[in-house]
Amino acid sequence: MYRYDEFDQALVNDRVEQFREQVNRRLSGELTEDQFKPLRLMNGVYLQLHAYMLRVAIPYGTLSANQLRTLADVARRYDKGYGHFTTRQNIQFNWPALKDIPDLLSELAQVEMHAIQTSGNCIRNVTADQYAGVAAGEVEDPRVYAEIIRQWSTLHPEFSFLPRKFKVAVTGCREDRAAVAVHDVGLRMTRDDAGEPGFEVLVGGGQGRTPVIAKTIRNFLPKRHLLSYLEAVLRVYNQLGRRDNAFKARIKILVNSVGADEFARMVEEEWQAMPDQELDLPDGELERIQAYFAPPAYHDLPDDPPAYAAWRRHDPEFARWVQANVAAHKQPGYAIVNVSLKPHGGAPGDATAEEMEAVAELADRFALGEIRVTHEQNLTLPDVRQEDLYELWQALAHHGLATANVGLISDIIACPGLDYCSLANARSIPVAQRIQERFADLDRQHDIGELKVKISGCINACGHHHVGHIGILGVDKKGQEFYQLTIGGSADETASLGEIVGKGFAYDEVVDAVETLVDAYLEHRARGEAFLDTYRRVGAEPFREKLYAAD
Amino acid sequence: MASKAKGPKAVTANRLSDGVVVYLTPDDRWAETPDQADWAEAPEDQEALLTRAQAFAGTTVVAPYLFQVIPQADGTPRPSHMKEVMRANGPSVRPDLGKQAELAHPGTGEER
Repeated sequence: MYRYDEFDQALVNDRVEQFREQVNRRLSGELTEDQFKPLRLMNGVYLQLHAYMLRVAIPYGTLSANQLRTLADVARRYDKGYGHFTTRQNIQFNWPALKDIPDLLSELAQVEMHAIQTSGNCIRNVTADQYAGVAAGEVEDPRVYAEIIRQWSTLHPEFSFLPRKFKVAVTGCREDRAAVAVHDVGLRMTRDDAGEPGFEVLVGGGQGRTPVIAKTIRNFLPKRHLLSYLEAVLRVYNQLGRRDNAFKARIKILVNSVGADEFARMVEEEWQAMPDQELDLPDGELERIQAYFAPPAYHDLPDDPPAYAAWRRHDPEFARWVQANVAAHKQPGYAIVNVSLKPHGGAPGDATAEEMEAVAELADRFALGEIRVTHEQNLTLPDVRQEDLYELWQALAHHGLATANVGLISDIIACPGLDYCSLANARSIPVAQRIQERFADLDRQHDIGELKVKISGCINACGHHHVGHIGILGVDKKGQEFYQLTIGGSADETASLGEIVGKGFAYDEVVDAVETLVDAYLEHRARGEAFLDTYRRVGAEPFREKLYAAD
Repeated sequence: MASKAKGPKAVTANRLSDGVVVYLTPDDRWAETPDQADWAEAPEDQEALLTRAQAFAGTTVVAPYLFQVIPQADGTPRPSHMKEVMRANGPSVRPDLGKQAELAHPGTGEER
């Protein structure tokens, strides 16, 4: 993992003390709310429906066990005993008192954490594949480049007042678990004809009220030019992005209005005009950062050891958990474990202080002390010996953290919705809970197979409904909660936007409607087909027919 | 926004120091429950209510605004829109948190 150097630490410590003074001046009335609001937002402090909300950055979703324990401590001491992991691999606390936030941030700074650039019109937390460094077939560990981008973008003076917020995601594989196609900039590691690693650069993706799949503006960017090319992208956006209308200010609107080819040309022109190598990584710097992400010293272990295979045969519940929650590791004898934060009846992405401490302890015991946060609001233990999986599973089950549903219908992305958010028009969490309840039978979930349901409580689409295999959008219809359904969206390497199936459903009808869509899939699926495959083969019509048959 | 709608309205805000949802009372205190809120029917009276509230925006509350209420038979107001009902109660998915929890277990909330 990356460790702060003295500059990083001094910067974060200074920021905490600056903010402490700013909070004091606000509480004493020296600063008005109009003066204070931009300052608190620069430190991740929002005002939400019930209280203040603090969003803490988790760079590329990587946490040490010690950091997770500190988040648990913060949840207990300054909040109401829990936190909410978000679709950008961050964590949010829902109830901190403003007067306590400087102390909270000071505690986080001791474990190299902060809330800088988790809000505002700047380059936000850079996200990455949660399997970074351990996925088979990876070109390189994307966190190296996410960290380089983090350092470049932190307090970047030119890009602190962009037209609107700016989100970057990086994947090191062909498989996309980081949703790079729905980010302002998506970077996908690839190789050129000579086998040299570099990046495919995608721009202008996003969700919200104008969902767009990003366009590739450069098929191959050599690694050493990463920052200069990104600087060129940001400069073009900073100059030409709209500032007259917040709803049209994201880079996707600019790319759409000039066209991807023209946008690529403008970036190229800007890039070529820069002094040579001004922003290229100096010799040794890439290697210095890479050293932080060097793979651990793996042991020479047999793949699929006999005891592991035996437990799968003898304990069907364990076998089911392995099937859904355990992924292949690049190293023989090791596995990637996904810890579901979607227990049936819970709030997607929420974790109590006790749960965070349990995961931290298990990460120390079984997973080299490292945890990843996924954009699908689960946690991942990237380095677990296969021979330890049964014991780990039992321990997770003891803490209620072994729900065998990753990638299945109850593994739902949901935004906080009207239960917490001042922008929301409808609730998201209880809809997720009702779907989980309806499909509570895990055998049935496993039979249905991969099905990604994503729920947003308003058009801002924090719950990624546009890219859900089944997407659910909550709206306010004459003061009542109402839900529109989409099907066929996807956030992976075959990214697509869902299409609206037809008229929406009331709160009490929406779960029935989801079940009807699932039934339509089961009726039409060919052998081995997942929901998305069937939709792509047969189209939306059979789903519509079944859904609106009674109309 | 609800403030453009017609009908009786009260003023709500969040307490500056800790963010707790509060309501302006007839005697210019900030109560934690909407039933204690002052309310007004005529637009000019509502504006006056908001002006009174804004006098507290320096050191007491943040972001005061008018919201629609339904006066009950005893004259106490109740929020009408689901968003304000949620603010007055707490998250519907966490009955153990927010004002609904404090009302179920009185004495644990901060009074001011």
